[in-house]
Amino acid sequence: MSRRQLERGAVLRGMVGATGIEPFPAGDGHGADDDCPILHIDMDAFFASVERLRCPRTRGQPVIVGGTGPRGVVYSADYIARTYGVHSAMPMSRALRLCPDAVVFPPDGAGYRRVSEAVMDILRAVTPDVEVLSLDEAFLDVSGARRRLGGPARIAGLIRARVREEQGLTCSVGVAPSKFVAKLASTRCKPDGVLLVPSARVTDFLHPLPVGALWGVGPKTEEALRRRGLRTVGDVAEVPVATLRHQLGDSLGTHLGALARGDDERGVDPVSVDRSIGAEETFDTDVADVEVIHRELLRLSERVARRLRDSGQLGRTIVVKLRRADFSTITRSCTLAEHTDVARDINSEARGLYDAAGMHHERLRLVGVRVEGLADSTEVHHQLALDEPEAGWREAERAIDRVARRFGDDVVRPATLAQREENDG
Amino acid sequence: MKFRVERDVLADAVAWTARALPVRPSVPVLAGILLDANEDEGTQKLKLSSFDYEVSAQVSVDIDVEEPGTTLVSGRLLAEITRNLPPQTVEIDADGAKVVVSCGSAKFTLLTLPVEDYPTLPKMPQVTGSVGSDVFHAAVSQVAVAAGRDDTLPMLTGVRVEIEGDTLTLASTDRYRLAVRELTWTPENPGMSAVALVPAKTLADTAKSLTSGAEVSIALSDAESGEGMIGFEGGGRRTTTRLLDGEFPKYRTLLPDSFGSVAEVQKAEFMEAVKRVSLVAERNTPLRLSFSQGRLVLEAGTGDEAQAVEALDSELEGEDIQIAFNSAFLLDGLNAIDSDIARLQFTTSTKPAIITGKPADEESSSDYRYLIMPVRLSS
Repeated sequence: MSRRQLERGAVLRGMVGATGIEPFPAGDGHGADDDCPILHIDMDAFFASVERLRCPRTRGQPVIVGGTGPRGVVYSADYIARTYGVHSAMPMSRALRLCPDAVVFPPDGAGYRRVSEAVMDILRAVTPDVEVLSLDEAFLDVSGARRRLGGPARIAGLIRARVREEQGLTCSVGVAPSKFVAKLASTRCKPDGVLLVPSARVTDFLHPLPVGALWGVGPKTEEALRRRGLRTVGDVAEVPVATLRHQLGDSLGTHLGALARGDDERGVDPVSVDRSIGAEETFDTDVADVEVIHRELLRLSERVARRLRDSGQLGRTIVVKLRRADFSTITRSCTLAEHTDVARDINSEARGLYDAAGMHHERLRLVGVRVEGLADSTEVHHQLALDEPEAGWREAERAIDRVARRFGDDVVRPATLAQREENDG
Repeated sequence: MKFRVERDVLADAVAWTARALPVRPSVPVLAGILLDANEDEGTQKLKLSSFDYEVSAQVSVDIDVEEPGTTLVSGRLLAEITRNLPPQTVEIDADGAKVVVSCGSAKFTLLTLPVEDYPTLPKMPQVTGSVGSDVFHAAVSQVAVAAGRDDTLPMLTGVRVEIEGDTLTLASTDRYRLAVRELTWTPENPGMSAVALVPAKTLADTAKSLTSGAEVSIALSDAESGEGMIGFEGGGRRTTTRLLDGEFPKYRTLLPDSFGSVAEVQKAEFMEAVKRVSLVAERNTPLRLSFSQGRLVLEAGTGDEAQAVEALDSELEGEDIQIAFNSAFLLDGLNAIDSDIARLQFTTSTKPAIITGKPADEESSSDYRYLIMPVRLSS
């Protein structure tokens, strides 16, 4: 059972009470949300909803956003498409078989980012304690906003109203004592819902959930737990932590034991805007040619570096993801001595990681480049070296950024990536 | 083999020889120290040798030989034992597979290693000149501090030794700083000219361990004789080391010769202040220096981190300048100069700066220069 299957698909607004989900008591100040300062905001079918908004003729039709090539993948499906069984990360070909009438949009990253920024601005108007998880998700700690705006449940309502009025989009909000419970609550009440989990009801809410709902439990851990007869979060909560640690390893065992009891010490961390920036490419047909893969890594490194520079960040850890034709996937990473936002540096590490992975001539379905360990460019200093030219690749790439802003992307690019023109002698 | 030797003499000799023992020997015999008790040029001597195919060490001490011979025993164990013996006469008696070390009422029996498997030590190249051991030690320490530690760039882990007549120039760099020291020495042949790249760590250890004698002879193999090797000898101790391959950067062109600003600061005060202020500088965050007339301000830390600031008296000739450095690199340079007053010369905040001691008189130039690359602050 995956998290996706927890979604109910029907509107739900209320709080977890003694006998299940109850409507909010009348009026603010009912006190049920007193120790629930954490809000998780999750935009409903974000990319698809943005496209629908921009294209009103799609009213009443299923909408899918995703890659349109032979190996395109669904990034986002609206709730009509979901009734056909379409969900994100599904191959587009399969999605269109399930839902042939869907209107398909290729993803418009820049457009979604603009809308996302506008939504995040609404959240930041409530409190500066906003932790942005991705374009369509954020945590808020509203402890400091109560006096001004009222209790957390009321603030959740205000946010939902503003997002609807100003952006024409719906979102779902989970209100809980901790991040992890708030996130489960928002998932539970999607779409266009709000769910309050009072601290006294956290275990009532958690224990019936399948173990797969716990943060950190993927298919493998889920299987491992299932083999031990642990199917629900309640089952896990009854196992002593020492036993979990023994069976799952120290860190995972401790972690799951705590979560199953509703303990999540993580605070809302406003600085971790992006924990990483990455890009990946699924080839139209599997590729074994080392040259082609080197070229793709360069293209992805260029893209990642530009996004780093645009966001004013630099990263230290370079991660390469390689997926074979049979979907088995490996990642390799290395950490540099200094932070970088230079495509040339990222590419040389990425290429080295691929070369060292022993996957030359293996057929690959997907390659990805990701940069982690991000720091704001105002915090990163550069130790100059004796043999370093005054203006290096960093300056060259910044100049290309300026050209791209004026004349469009891809006007200047590495020669390896230039498309040969028909009339190019 | 049987001989007698004073404990202090033996312990010193064994400890010095043991420095060249490999940590993980590629063949078991290399873990041994070779003991050779024989008559050499009319005097009875004990020669101790160790070798790891890179570095060889040999020392000879005067002893009373009762029965000449050669044996090979575990170097680490012998070093441990001799260090802990009481201060009396030690008797060493080797008989085939066993060596007995007796001193006072203590007695140790050690197993021997096969002498016949021990490699022949490289021959010491011809002596090319000599230099005072204290001067040499000081010069090498001043330079080796700037050598790289990254084995993927082997040519930067060495000290470049340049011989030009009676001038010996030592230089090393890790790309972020460059240290150069000139000294005079006594060459065998006044017209000679040679260069060598010597592993910095070995050279620093060697120079330090040869201060027991007054002079150090330097023996450089000539380029034609195949494998590059350099030998050092002083006070009965001799050591050879293999030279590094690779092109050392053409560093002379990197040393700027005109400056817009020259500052002078009391070295000890400056170092204290750098250590204090950089307490708040996390790894990789720089120390910022602002020089203006009569004043130097040191700062570290920014924004929402801890911050520190301290002001010192300093003299400045030329333009005011703000510049940032890795504080460890700055301390290394200040520590290496041999003057109470540090002179810092700058062109711009992104160009190399030079640290020297203030020369005794304005005419002479400093024989030690430490170049340090600044940290470029994010704008």
